[in-house]
Amino acid sequence: MIRALWARRNQGHRTMAWPNGPAPALPARFRGRPAIDPARCVAGCTACETACPTDAISVTDRHRIDLGRCLFCTECVEACPEDAIHHERDHRLSVHHRDDLSVAPAEALKLAHALESKILRVLGRSLKLRQVSAGGCNGCESDVNVLSTIGWDLSRFGIQMVASPRHADGLLVTGCISENMREALLATYAAMPDPKIVIAVGACAISGGPFAGHPQQHDGVTGFLPVDLFIPGCPPHPLTMLDGLLRLIDRLPQSADQAAE
Amino acid sequence: MNTENSPLKTTRSGVALPLREVPVLPLEALHNAVADGVKSQWRVSSLFAFRRDGEDAAHMMAVLADDAASLLRVGMARIEDTRYPSLSNRCPQVHLFEREMHEQFGLVPEGHPWLKPVRYARPFPGREPRAQNAPRIGAADFYHVTGDSVHEVAVGPVHAGVIEPGHFRFQCHGEQVFHLEIMLGYQHRGVEEALPGGPHKRSLSHMETLAGDSSIAHGWAYCMNLEGLAGTDVPMQAQTLRGVALELERLANHTGDLGALAGDVGYLPTMSFCGRIRGDFLNLSAAICGNRFGRGLLCPGGVRSMPNEEETAQMIERLGAAERDVREAVNLIWSTPTVLGRFENTGTVPRKLCVELGLVGPAARACGVEADVRVNHPCGLYERAPIRLRTAHYGDVNSRASVRWHEMEESLAFVREHLDTIPSGPIRQPLGALAPDHVVATLVEGWRGEVCHVALTGSDGRFLRYKITDPSFHNWMGLAVALRGQEISDFPLCNKSFNLSYCGFDL
Repeated sequence: MIRALWARRNQGHRTMAWPNGPAPALPARFRGRPAIDPARCVAGCTACETACPTDAISVTDRHRIDLGRCLFCTECVEACPEDAIHHERDHRLSVHHRDDLSVAPAEALKLAHALESKILRVLGRSLKLRQVSAGGCNGCESDVNVLSTIGWDLSRFGIQMVASPRHADGLLVTGCISENMREALLATYAAMPDPKIVIAVGACAISGGPFAGHPQQHDGVTGFLPVDLFIPGCPPHPLTMLDGLLRLIDRLPQSADQAAE
Repeated sequence: MNTENSPLKTTRSGVALPLREVPVLPLEALHNAVADGVKSQWRVSSLFAFRRDGEDAAHMMAVLADDAASLLRVGMARIEDTRYPSLSNRCPQVHLFEREMHEQFGLVPEGHPWLKPVRYARPFPGREPRAQNAPRIGAADFYHVTGDSVHEVAVGPVHAGVIEPGHFRFQCHGEQVFHLEIMLGYQHRGVEEALPGGPHKRSLSHMETLAGDSSIAHGWAYCMNLEGLAGTDVPMQAQTLRGVALELERLANHTGDLGALAGDVGYLPTMSFCGRIRGDFLNLSAAICGNRFGRGLLCPGGVRSMPNEEETAQMIERLGAAERDVREAVNLIWSTPTVLGRFENTGTVPRKLCVELGLVGPAARACGVEADVRVNHPCGLYERAPIRLRTAHYGDVNSRASVRWHEMEESLAFVREHLDTIPSGPIRQPLGALAPDHVVATLVEGWRGEVCHVALTGSDGRFLRYKITDPSFHNWMGLAVALRGQEISDFPLCNKSFNLSYCGFDL
């Protein structure tokens, strides 16, 4: 008991100050949105498009990148003979509409906005989420779990992961929606009371990710359920997830709505 | 037994050999060679079927690990008849492989103790739907116990926490579990089915996400297979960083597991501390490559990024801080009798059963089995700088916890030593063309245990078959037997003490 108390003293208070204080440091090699500088592109070059494992880049369509397909890997950056692509450091990537994830180089991302006030009123100051992994690789699931640890302490925003769909206001989906999990996912959604929201986390839930096109799965959740928040990444950084969730429930202070250092 | 005259071909992990050098035996001879090998402590690392281009008949290939000699033994047989006498009764550790070949290639092992689906998957190569009358996931016949006060408990596929889906069916008498049946396949995404004809531009991503908490282990096995097939030498710098990244992956996951084990017996201090410290290790992986799971770090031929001197110094400092914190957090477990009281004698797997079932990784080492690929089949950094193998004795939750902690101690020292001594120089070599008509098998010790990848190339130098065996494939049965005679309320604790992968199994 004394040892536990002593350890508690040594380990200290570790919940981050963000969003009311500084954000946790992102790694120096943090891979955010891939930014293409079309001015440096050589006419006719499609190296990035060809290299992209998930066909997220379209050179012919104004160098658009679909962040919903993007694995934030480095294949395009490495393939570019002109060094015209780099990863931005901005962690803010969550959007409200699927189409908003498809962006041309100079285009700003239309970041997610708060839910309708009617729904926010029903939710009050709490948001209970039921997480379902349907073909997820335990990457997104692990970093969703991280949000509930003492460092991130999701519950200080009234957000909690719950066991029963009956207690849930929202469904947080990860994975490409494997055919074998489809029925269980839809049954879980059906068991949730209205009004209910859906959050798609990770490239798989948004587009099928690396498994897109496989007959064993369904290219993400959009074909089945209406999604209110898309959080792209493979997996998204916990800060990206938290930013998205706070946007949705209108709890992100303006001071925190900027790229982290 | 007589393995001196084994007809199997001898090779090493990561070394490619021409397919024609692999002996094609009559099936009975292959089965005898496998059974004899297993009797003299070889382990079945992989057993799978494949079809050559334009051939209707399938081949079966066996890859056995001879840990004592640091060798792999490979052999194959042409399957003339789709019905064959099952090997499982003579050699229990192939039971799941035989079920898998039945599901993928329609090969029927006659006399198999329990021939049921593995993943509720389509027949290979996965383009045709399953038969209409095939058993449906979640609706299949479960083993059923009847009698006074006997009842059945069904759990999943959606579980209480934020974890992957799977179905558990318990046959209980009061609180006591008679039998646990585990039904998996919910996460099946068709990874193996997507690989023939490759390497494709998505193949590396598939490896990094087939069990996403083991991106480095599976990525490494894949890269090493390609390097073996292409005859590419990986620079020493890259080998060292791969070793560091694999140990960081182990540290992060073991920390998370020890915290979760404490949480499952209601001991919150260790749970809270470890939940956070796990992130410190993930962030060290992110410091190397930008991704907390190490995705995008490995590439065939080497690694894509390397920390500079200043970053290395910072990483060592952060590693030291994480080590202090995790030492304190985990040592609370060993000094708290209420925690130990719940860990000890819970979920015991007897050593004999562990060997028979061919369990791997910490689950096997907790039974005193000295199986660790890093020691028995070392490659890269582990060849130059051996890491110490740690075991425990009792095969219970406590042994699985203590093995994890001892491994962490070794990993911490290993990372500290090697992170600081990475020489400067090239970090990757261009990958050459893959040798046609070759086979290569690579073993890597992931944090859950042995990851085995086998690649076969066709005459065009592309994958004819790529077989993946995640450690969870061997170990789920271990969890089922650990539950026998236990209180059903101890299931979460037992489950966490194995912490197996659903998607790594389901592929």
